[in-house]
Amino acid sequence: MNRREFLHMLSIASAAGMALPLDVARAEQSAEALYDAPAFGNVSLLHITDCHAQLRPIYFREPNVNIGVGSMAGHPPHVVGEAFLKQFGIAPKTRLAHAFTYLDFERYAPLYGKVGGFAHLATLIKRLRASRPGALLLDGGDTWQGSGAAMWTKGQDMVDAAKMLGVDAMTLHWECTYGQDRVKEVAEKDFAGHIDIVAQNIKTQDFGDLVFKPYVMRVVNGVKVAIVGQAFPYTPIANPRYMVADWTFGIQEEGMQKSVDAARGEGAQVVVMLSHNGMDVDLKMASRIRGVDAILGGHTHDGMPAPTIVDNPGGKTLVTNAGSNGKYVGVLDFDVKDGKVSDFRYRLLPVFANLLPADAEMAALVAKTRAPFEEKLGEKLALSEGLLYRRGNFNGSFDQIILDALIAEKDAEIAFSPGFRWGTTILPGEPITMENVLDQTAITYPYVTLTQMSGAQIKQVLEDVCDNLFNADPYYQQGGDMVRVGGMQYSCDPTAGIGKRIGDMTLKGKTIEADKTYKVAGWAPVAETARDAGAESIWDLVARNLRARKTVATPQLNLPKLKNVDGNPGLAT
Amino acid sequence: MTTLPTTSRRGFLRGASALGLAVSALAALPRLALAAWNKAAFDAKALPDAYKAMGVENPTASADVQLIASDIAENGAVVPVQAISKIPNTTQISFLVEKNPNTLAALFDIGPDMLPDVTTRLKMGQTSNVIALVKADGKYFTATKEIKVTLGGCGG
Repeated sequence: MNRREFLHMLSIASAAGMALPLDVARAEQSAEALYDAPAFGNVSLLHITDCHAQLRPIYFREPNVNIGVGSMAGHPPHVVGEAFLKQFGIAPKTRLAHAFTYLDFERYAPLYGKVGGFAHLATLIKRLRASRPGALLLDGGDTWQGSGAAMWTKGQDMVDAAKMLGVDAMTLHWECTYGQDRVKEVAEKDFAGHIDIVAQNIKTQDFGDLVFKPYVMRVVNGVKVAIVGQAFPYTPIANPRYMVADWTFGIQEEGMQKSVDAARGEGAQVVVMLSHNGMDVDLKMASRIRGVDAILGGHTHDGMPAPTIVDNPGGKTLVTNAGSNGKYVGVLDFDVKDGKVSDFRYRLLPVFANLLPADAEMAALVAKTRAPFEEKLGEKLALSEGLLYRRGNFNGSFDQIILDALIAEKDAEIAFSPGFRWGTTILPGEPITMENVLDQTAITYPYVTLTQMSGAQIKQVLEDVCDNLFNADPYYQQGGDMVRVGGMQYSCDPTAGIGKRIGDMTLKGKTIEADKTYKVAGWAPVAETARDAGAESIWDLVARNLRARKTVATPQLNLPKLKNVDGNPGLAT
Repeated sequence: MTTLPTTSRRGFLRGASALGLAVSALAALPRLALAAWNKAAFDAKALPDAYKAMGVENPTASADVQLIASDIAENGAVVPVQAISKIPNTTQISFLVEKNPNTLAALFDIGPDMLPDVTTRLKMGQTSNVIALVKADGKYFTATKEIKVTLGGCGG
């Protein structure tokens, strides 16, 4: 083969979306170098967050839409694709570019393989601990929810895995959807003497007493390190309030400042906030709270290769976010001299399963906890012709499957599906298993609803959720994505205020009228009455629909017409 | 570090709720005792009307008035709010909810030996500005905060 023929073959392979020989060479070169993160300083913190109960390796496609508005526009985490690579100085078409962006996902995913998985994570954690004696392992929460097995064991599989992994402290969000009694049970029994749950912002409704420790103090190489917990502030709003009926949450800046001051008063030379606020909220909080060296953040699932450094009246605070689904480990090394942090290094390491041999002990635990469920999880429901993913501000191809199923099975005109950010990715040509469906739907309030809604009510719902995503003040955001919408079309101006973002609502080409009623299907209702209605679970509905379809063509995403965001680096098409 | 709740205190208060009737009878007393119930102020349907009925003129926003409340209400029917005044000679603290059907939600007279620090729970039908209004030496000072009331769901 001469050079011309070779190039021609390459172009054909490229057009077909196949991995090129060049890609393979590049992948091999970079394999070992990835985890050679030299140790630095004397205090190291390892950070995982939002693994959403993914015990085994998965694929996870990062978003191509993550729009920031107001002062957040164009700043991390609101950069995607090429803009992301440019922002963080990552070379395109590399292993890291694949880890951190959606770019050419279908081409690179088979090449670089799956990410995460607790057996591989355990190997990496052990390796990092060996080079960083005394390092603490912190878990930002959303650990017990996100898979069928976790749901069926009320998070027990994850509780056991977190203990084996050696987590030192964690904070909470979705854990609370197993109910406050279950969380207390784990805290007082399983975790006793192993893992501290920290949350300065969870208090009792009646007296405002703290439910958990606001912070814990650990000594690392002779240095006192305080870990202050910040649970997801809007748990009783974004999830059913009845599950945490006796607890109150909120951002609670005053309480945070008090906890930080108390920790400093106790002699902490390093104070770190383990946060489930979401990155925009963390950035604002970092600008207002004094005395925090770093905020290790989660919730918004932003895999940020470098921290944002925020100025505040007390000095500077690093803000990180460590992605989701077990895909990354954040490594923060502090050099503490003369009683304070003098320098740092930070890396967000992608966990490539095929570069990290499985830890035998953890692999055995995962296999054991899954065993009773393997048969049910393994059921092949249909074949997917396209790439299925969820993450993105407005819709994902797996969400479209859920919307299509809701409309078909409930004979609805319109369907709504919540804008969750968890949920794994399926490559073209792979079967869709029951496990995959549960990865997108496994919650403790999975009820399918069918409601007659007026056009005015529909508009109000869309405006309300959109404000939770695009309010110019991060403290009024809840950190999910926009509700996914099937059946109807609309336009959205993220830069407008509440009541003015949603427009051009149509159904099959006809304007949706404010006083006319429409048949709307949905799931995940937060009202207590919905729990008692005994409705079908969403995964049963989707599974039934997929079994009948057998083969699923690439879904056509129903997306709103976006206004006033042209050129926003949080938007790529 | 704050101490964690003890069951004994909660148990004691649960026992005390058996005396509920007696407690609620007592709770009715302050209104009877109040020299002048400002009916016009509590009936006002808009902020300017409430201010007028209360005799408030030119209230000034002050950093010495602190309004502590969540940014988003966990339950619009029960929204905890706290107001603290650092202004000397504070004699009154009120809470006003701009978009409630009745604007003035609560009014506390502060005696000379009382700390000007009050907490109550408001009912809110929709997202609104909430105002903590402090009276000191006959002058009025405010702190304002928007509290969002949302449908919920869809987070995370």
